[in-house]
Amino acid sequence: MERNLALIALFAALIAALGMVPKFTLAFGVPITAQSMGVMLCGTVLGARRGALAVLLFLALVALGLPLLAGGRGGLGAFATPSVGFLIGFPVAAFVTGLIVERWRASLAAVAAVASIVGGVFVLYAFGVVGMSVMLDKSIPQSALLVTAFIPGDVIKAILAGLITAGLAKSRPSSVLSRG
Amino acid sequence: MISLTSPVETWAHRVPAGVKLAALSLATAGLFALQSPVALALALAGVAGLMLTGGLTFARAAARELKILLPFLLLIAVWHGVTGQIEAGMAVALRLLSALALANFVTMTTRLSDMVAVAALLLSPFRRLGLSTRALELSVALVVRFTPSIARKGGLLAEAWRARSARRTGWQIVMPLAATALDDAEHVAEALRARGGLETTQPTD
Repeated sequence: MERNLALIALFAALIAALGMVPKFTLAFGVPITAQSMGVMLCGTVLGARRGALAVLLFLALVALGLPLLAGGRGGLGAFATPSVGFLIGFPVAAFVTGLIVERWRASLAAVAAVASIVGGVFVLYAFGVVGMSVMLDKSIPQSALLVTAFIPGDVIKAILAGLITAGLAKSRPSSVLSRG
Repeated sequence: MISLTSPVETWAHRVPAGVKLAALSLATAGLFALQSPVALALALAGVAGLMLTGGLTFARAAARELKILLPFLLLIAVWHGVTGQIEAGMAVALRLLSALALANFVTMTTRLSDMVAVAALLLSPFRRLGLSTRALELSVALVVRFTPSIARKGGLLAEAWRARSARRTGWQIVMPLAATALDDAEHVAEALRARGGLETTQPTD
C-alpha cells in the first residue's frame, strides 16, 4: 500500500519534472518536451491502474494551480485551451498503455513501444481531436487534420518509452510493476 | 514551488474559492451557449473589465497568460479567412479568449490552500465510501516535495551529458531520471512503513 502510494506520487512528480528539464533534441534536431513520454512511462512501468492514478494526481495538482505543465503552465486555464482534450486523455492513455503491457507477455521493449503507440498516440489523439473540435468549432476530420503534424514526434517518443522501459526492467527489475 | 496565484492582492482574493469556481463553471457554459460574435465581444469586454478591477499590473499579467492562444488564433484567422466564414471565426476566437481569461482569473486570485480546501470538500462524500483522503493528502505533499528534487536531478544529468558530449542533450537522460524516481519511491515507501504506514490506528488510552 505504502509502496503503491509512493510510486504513484513519485511518477506524478516525474511527469512534472520532465516538463521542467531543458528540452532535449532528437537525432534529427526536433526539440521535444518529454512530458507526454512521462505519461507513457506511467503506463508501461506502473501498469494500468497505478499509471492512470499517477497521471490523475498530476492533473489534479495542475488544476489546483501548480505550474507543472511543460513551459510552466498550469491552473484552471490549462483546461480552457483547445488542447484540453489531450489533458483529459492523459490518464486514459496511461491506463490503456499499462493494460497492454500487463496482458501481452512478449519482449518488453517491443510491447511497451507498441502499447505506448496505442495508448499515447491512438487513444490520446482520439480525446485530443474531440477536444479541439469542441473548442475550435470544427468537425472531427478537420480537427484530426490539424494535429496530424504532431503524430510522428509522438510515435518516436513511444518507441523511446519502450526502450526506456526495457532499460528500467533490467536495472530495477523489482520496481517495474506492470510485469510484476 | 511557486504557485500561479497573483501576488497582486485583488478584491477577488477575498471571495470564497467555491463561489469563484461555481461562477466560472456557469460563465464558461454560458460562453459556449453564445453563438453571435457581438454577444461574445461584449462578453470579452466584460472579462477585460473584470481583469482591470485588479489594477493595471494584474491585468497585464493576465494578458500575458493569453499568449498561449496565439498559434490557435492565427490558425483560426487563416482558416476562416480562406473559407470566408469570418463571423464564425470571430465567435470562436472571442470565446477562446474569454474562457481562458476567466479560468486564469480564478487561478490567479485563489490561494493554493483555498483550492485544496474546496477539493477536500468535494471529495468528502467519497470518504464515507471508504476512500482514504489521508492517502490523497500524503501523495499531494509527496508530489510537491519531489517535483523540484527530480527536476534538479534532471538538470544535473543534462549537465553531465553536456560535459561529456558535443551533441545536444539526448533522450537518454530520461532512463536514469526514471530510475531515480523509482529509487526515491522505494525509499519513501520504506520510510512511511517505518513510521507506521498509512493505517491510522486509534490512539489507545
